Amino acid sequence: MVKEFKHIQTAHCENGVATSLLRYHGLDFMTEPLVFGMGSGIFYIHIPFLVISGGPAISYRTMPGWIFSRASKALGVKVHREKFRSETEAKNYLDQKIKEGVPVGCQVSVYNLSYLPPEYRFHFNAHNLIVYGKENGNYLVSDPVMENVTLLSEEDMMKVRFAKGPLAPKGHIYFPENVQAVSKELLRKGIIKGIKRNSRDMLYVPGNIAGVAGIKYTSKKIRQWRDKLGPRKAGLFLGQIVRMQEEIGTGGGGFRFLYAAFLEQAATHLQEDKLIGISEEFTKAGDMWRQSAVQMGRIYKGRTNNNQKDFEVCADLLLEISDIEKQAFKKLFKMKLG
Amino acid sequence: MKKEDVPQDKSALEGITRDVCYVKNSDGTYTTDLSTGWEVKKDALDNAWEDIKERVEEARKAVAKGEKSPVYYFMELKLMDLTILSGYTGYWKFNIKRHFKPSVFQSLSEEKYKKYAKTFEISVDELKNFKG
Repeated sequence: MVKEFKHIQTAHCENGVATSLLRYHGLDFMTEPLVFGMGSGIFYIHIPFLVISGGPAISYRTMPGWIFSRASKALGVKVHREKFRSETEAKNYLDQKIKEGVPVGCQVSVYNLSYLPPEYRFHFNAHNLIVYGKENGNYLVSDPVMENVTLLSEEDMMKVRFAKGPLAPKGHIYFPENVQAVSKELLRKGIIKGIKRNSRDMLYVPGNIAGVAGIKYTSKKIRQWRDKLGPRKAGLFLGQIVRMQEEIGTGGGGFRFLYAAFLEQAATHLQEDKLIGISEEFTKAGDMWRQSAVQMGRIYKGRTNNNQKDFEVCADLLLEISDIEKQAFKKLFKMKLG
Repeated sequence: MKKEDVPQDKSALEGITRDVCYVKNSDGTYTTDLSTGWEVKKDALDNAWEDIKERVEEARKAVAKGEKSPVYYFMELKLMDLTILSGYTGYWKFNIKRHFKPSVFQSLSEEKYKKYAKTFEISVDELKNFKG
């Protein structure tokens, strides 16, 4: 008897695949914020000198794949992963899993995802979706960012699984194995570990380009952009920050609202009211990220008739955000939990 | 962000999907809501596409003037860069840069034309005969 697969829409693709697959395997209590928090998903990094699609390389979250791996490990779940050299082998493996009635996660490029609007289809190789069946030669796809399930032809599926370039998926396929019941104690431990690891990463990652220090770094760069790049290109750079921060998949405010939602759920699981207060601080950080996006939007909408003062306002906001997040993570790092 | 503040602006997502946002309920707890789009985001995406279109147009002009080969134009048209193109073709970036030169492009092997044409999802004729 094959269990029916249920599509769940989430903000972020990796959280979504993880949440859906874990729930499918009986862990009904899993939610997107829990996966994100247990996987220590929040992060910040601004990689210097690297220019991606005409803008700065900035990320508001941890490395692709880590969230699911960490959250599963905390729950005692093993994630089986396969990558392939041969496209035929990759196809056969996927078809076999479908035949066995096992929904699987696939890493894909969005460039050839025909069901997405063309405006969103760049060569981004770290998108995730679930394949849960096949009908008339089309794969049945549950893409967590979509409201409903979709279809993908065999040809397109091959293209997206074997896209090339940075983070090339190489047919990467994954699914949880031997999922056992999770005790309340194990869940609590996983939540605490997720919080502690995330606070440590944001506060104490070495160097000045990542964690709360990385936000300061971006702030410093923004002050220099207009002189260095000229008003037009500087505007495009700000646009890229906003896209990384607010585009599909972040839940708004560069994942900060999602993290605030996690802390709220953590407060219930750990019966620790103090976490609600810190959740509020992340809501504030998220609101300020949104505010900075509005400010940046004013600059790039005007294209060339912006002035240095506008850039300074954005930079100042980021400094303030860096400080709010620093204080919040310090409290989390020190807090006695469990 | 409060639930009542979730932006419902027009965007490219219209008719395809909506965006999940984590927002505060009136009782102060978190919930999710769907957004059709946000103008601030749309402007950023529109700008990025305008920039791409300008780059493609410049590439087209460069081919028309005989400064660059069609490989360069189609790379820009397909939103690729040297790293991605190198990934698809298996050629080193250094060699691809040479293929950008019209004189070098003229004398490429049939196999290389085929590889590029396949990568750009066009025919060999379209690739070879693109004049800008």
